[in-house]
Amino acid sequence: MHIAWHSFTPWLSLSGGILIGLAAALLILLNGRIAGISGIVGGLFSPSKGELAWRVLFVLGLVTAPLLYALVTTLPPIEIGAGKLELLLAGLLVGIGTRYGAGCTSGHGVCGLARLSPRSLAATLIFMAAGFATVYVLRHLLTGN
Amino acid sequence: MRIKLSAYVAGLIFGLGLIVSGMANPAKVIAFLDLAGAWDPSLALVMAGAIGVALLAFAIAKRRRQSFLGQAILLPTARGIDRRLIIGSVLFGIGWGIAGICPGPALVLLGAGQAKGVWFVLAMLAGMGIFWFLGKQAGSKT
Repeated sequence: MHIAWHSFTPWLSLSGGILIGLAAALLILLNGRIAGISGIVGGLFSPSKGELAWRVLFVLGLVTAPLLYALVTTLPPIEIGAGKLELLLAGLLVGIGTRYGAGCTSGHGVCGLARLSPRSLAATLIFMAAGFATVYVLRHLLTGN
Repeated sequence: MRIKLSAYVAGLIFGLGLIVSGMANPAKVIAFLDLAGAWDPSLALVMAGAIGVALLAFAIAKRRRQSFLGQAILLPTARGIDRRLIIGSVLFGIGWGIAGICPGPALVLLGAGQAKGVWFVLAMLAGMGIFWFLGKQAGSKT
């Protein structure tokens, strides 16, 4: 392992993380709901009464964030290496996996860990390990870099 | 009205956080997951910052029955580490490793006008739809 110091962005990443934590804080303290994106989006398929509007608006906030950001300053670079087939497969796995495992990076990784939930800690360790293993296989075993 | 506004603002701040932190850039996420390559540890700091702030918020939330806007505080009740949690998390991790995109950043990519983000989100919604449909089938049998 060697660290890519040239692309390391400690202060931006920490600041962005604080914003994410702030958003999760707002949602639990004002709306009483967990900021787990997969749960919020997945719940749109069968919303119970009074559970639809806040979900739609939270998602709308996420989608309009880059528009607002771009009004103030240029968006940072976005680079997607995956091709269309990979994106479709990845999206499908993320959709099924997050619903089956009841959470993603936000619901388990941020909110769950902040709630000190052992279940979320297990989920986070598992999906991180699976992510590390997948990138290792795709980038090093299959392509031989 | 107020809870709709707060939900929108929370989503907006969440999205801005994803952009500022680098989480909305799939190449940076892959660089974090690539331990054997040129490893970019930045995203560990995203987690640290987010959890640091959220710890305080959840400590307050756990002591209350209602939110500051009078909403019931719904905290997850599931406790066990079961097969569903493990299998689901493995599948999610594999998908995350293939494209470097998880659900929040996927929605930000849509707003950023990334055509590739559209493909990912459509497939993700299809996956969630399949889960919902299978759950409904199983539910109607019992």
